[in-house]
Amino acid sequence: MSNEHIDEVSGVATTGHEWDGIRELNNPLPRWWVWTFYITIVWAIGYTIAYPAWPMLTSATKGVLGYSSRNDVKTELAAAEVAKAKYAAAVQSKTVSEIAGDDALREFAVAAGSAAYKVNCVQCHASGAQGSQGFPNLNDDDWLWGGTAEQIQQTITHGIRFASAPDTRLSEMPAFGEIITGDQIAQVSAYVASLSGQVQNASLVEPGAQVFAENCVACHADNAKGNKELGAPDLTDAIWLYGSNETAIAAQIRAPKHGVMPAWVERLGETKVKELAVYIHSLGGGE
Amino acid sequence: MLDNTQVERLEAEAVNSAKIRQPLYAPRKKIFPKRASGSFRSFKWLVMAITLGIYYLTPWLRWDRGPFAPDQAVLIDLANRRFYFFFIEIWPQEFYYVAGLLVMAGIGLFLITSTVGRAWCGYTCPQTVWVDLFLVVERAIEGDRNARMKLDAGPWTARKLALRVSKHAIWLIIAVATGGAWIFYFADAPTLIGEVFTGTAAPVAYITIAVLTATTYTFGGLMREQVCTYMCPWPRIQAAMLDENSLTVTYNDWRGEPRSRHAKKVQAAGQPVGDCVDCNACVAVCPMGIDIRDGQQLECITCALCIDACDSVMDKLGKERGLISYATLSDYNANMAVATAGGSCSVNPSLVRTDGGAFSDKLAHFHLRKIFRLRTFIYMGAWSAIGLALVYSLLTRDRLEVNVLHDRNPQFVTLSDGSIRNGYTVKLLNMIPEPRTIVVTMQGLQGAEMSVVGVDLPADRSFAVAAEPDRLKTLKVFVRQPADQVGSATQTFKFRVEDKASFETDEYTATFNAPEIAR
Repeated sequence: MSNEHIDEVSGVATTGHEWDGIRELNNPLPRWWVWTFYITIVWAIGYTIAYPAWPMLTSATKGVLGYSSRNDVKTELAAAEVAKAKYAAAVQSKTVSEIAGDDALREFAVAAGSAAYKVNCVQCHASGAQGSQGFPNLNDDDWLWGGTAEQIQQTITHGIRFASAPDTRLSEMPAFGEIITGDQIAQVSAYVASLSGQVQNASLVEPGAQVFAENCVACHADNAKGNKELGAPDLTDAIWLYGSNETAIAAQIRAPKHGVMPAWVERLGETKVKELAVYIHSLGGGE
Repeated sequence: MLDNTQVERLEAEAVNSAKIRQPLYAPRKKIFPKRASGSFRSFKWLVMAITLGIYYLTPWLRWDRGPFAPDQAVLIDLANRRFYFFFIEIWPQEFYYVAGLLVMAGIGLFLITSTVGRAWCGYTCPQTVWVDLFLVVERAIEGDRNARMKLDAGPWTARKLALRVSKHAIWLIIAVATGGAWIFYFADAPTLIGEVFTGTAAPVAYITIAVLTATTYTFGGLMREQVCTYMCPWPRIQAAMLDENSLTVTYNDWRGEPRSRHAKKVQAAGQPVGDCVDCNACVAVCPMGIDIRDGQQLECITCALCIDACDSVMDKLGKERGLISYATLSDYNANMAVATAGGSCSVNPSLVRTDGGAFSDKLAHFHLRKIFRLRTFIYMGAWSAIGLALVYSLLTRDRLEVNVLHDRNPQFVTLSDGSIRNGYTVKLLNMIPEPRTIVVTMQGLQGAEMSVVGVDLPADRSFAVAAEPDRLKTLKVFVRQPADQVGSATQTFKFRVEDKASFETDEYTATFNAPEIAR
């Protein structure tokens, strides 16, 4: 090139690019840099042959080494399964009480149950198992159907009022709005509220006791402590599934709400249900 | 019109003309350090023996800690997150002891450098020690400086090949031993050495040996002074540590210059002549390949071998030792002022001597007093303060700790009798290698009682638990307070743990939450 511009200071040809009088020297690249660049190109080609890389119409090339990140995950999961196989087998063969009584086994079951709880149970019972109105708090010591590990296992296995499960826990409180009068409902509501220490109008409470004795004791028992065989709640304690005030109690007497819990055994399997039972039992209210 | 020959030819040449152009990268010039002998060399042999001894032998020292802890005196147990150092055991959260030691090492380096210069570089730096060791091998096989230079320049003969192969083989053996010793700090040494030789040790052990073998062989055998000059940041940093009162290896040109190989002839001509006979002994012994007579330079690691070399020459000549010596810049400047009559002439060695030939009493000499100055007091103060703080903290540290995590979801649970329950994860740290019985007690929170998941005991305000040796014990504790005792929505109380045998205690102040309702 005849019109090549040579930088006066360094004597090096320039690229011909100029910015505000500053020209770019056309120094050759250092050899090591060039070679490194070539090596990276060769490496890249080799890499795309060895590993999955080139997109094809329906999938990508598999690579001659047969590497797959999914296989890696599979291997790791299989290793994890093997690592916990000893515990899983023990959980399978032992009863929930035995599991709860063994420190190491309980720790394993609680961890596994906690994970299963977060996937399957939080939707109704909330993330801390504290429940909400209509959905029981699983931390407390008030159990509609019993709070031993076995009873909890039974409830999770077969569910409550779950039509498609033959062994489901079943009970239904009649809608007393069609059986007794509005006055009687007001009286018995006042009586029930008074049982847990809520101050009520004595003129309602006394006849209310009579109404209770005539209509409610069959399920809720003479002392109103309920019956876990029937899932009839204890009316004397501080825990109320549908609210503790007189209005809420009256509403529940008039036209009761009935919660439904699915039977989980078919979906989760017995082992998982046992782990869930041990976990729920460990939350502090277990009997 | 001018003819070709009539055009004036100018004496000019491009600064970068092909004839004089130099490569930007200067190829390394080989160095063949000559064996020195003298007091500094002896001191360096001693330091080498001690430092190498510490490095290779430490993992083999035993220290009985009972049946529940390893018996290796110094062990970094990464798998179990424990660091053992003789009678001290450090848990990961106590890593600040190591950080404190590192800070002390840093300040100690400042202190040493500001008083005796780069003593670290010259005597104790692993690079220096291992290069010294590799040079011992090189000298034993190939001979001293002249023999090595001749061998290097000569053609490849069977003898040269044999010498070179055996030298590199021994270097590699040393390198493998160096890498091999390192791994014993991280596992039980007697067990690991068996595993290493039977091929059953963990891959990381072999990888570590391979990496350290490669670095030892490369840095100690092949790169040597290049590591100090081009790779190490310390020579750059040290300039900030040195001042005019720091001792450095100094060529005293106030008595050495003008140097001459023909002193008598020069003297006879009536010209001044210094003590330096320009024998280059100082250059020949230098492992960095520099000439100390060029003054202080960053390549100088102050190994003082040039002092030994020069002193032995001075002895032979019947002159005073110390032409090259440890000297401070302030003394040197003072003496230069004497030798140059305050800078008015070039160095004239007759000015530093009396007529009788002895040194003038105007000369400055190093005095121990110079070590004690504000700078060194500050370094020493900071160093000792950190050291004392570490020792105090070590002597008073807890070997029993309790940490408590309050359940947040839910914060509290109302029970059927109206009482309020809070859940806590209580972590007991038994930090000694002995099993202990720990009593956990509640303090405060009227009427409340504790129960522990998995422990079949009636609720109480206190319970005993067996803590495994040197382990963390996690307990799930429920605290329950009767409805009529609940004071406010947030109350505080204490978990107190006590070892009834040693009376060690620890406390954790926790909160107890209750619903916000009118009471």
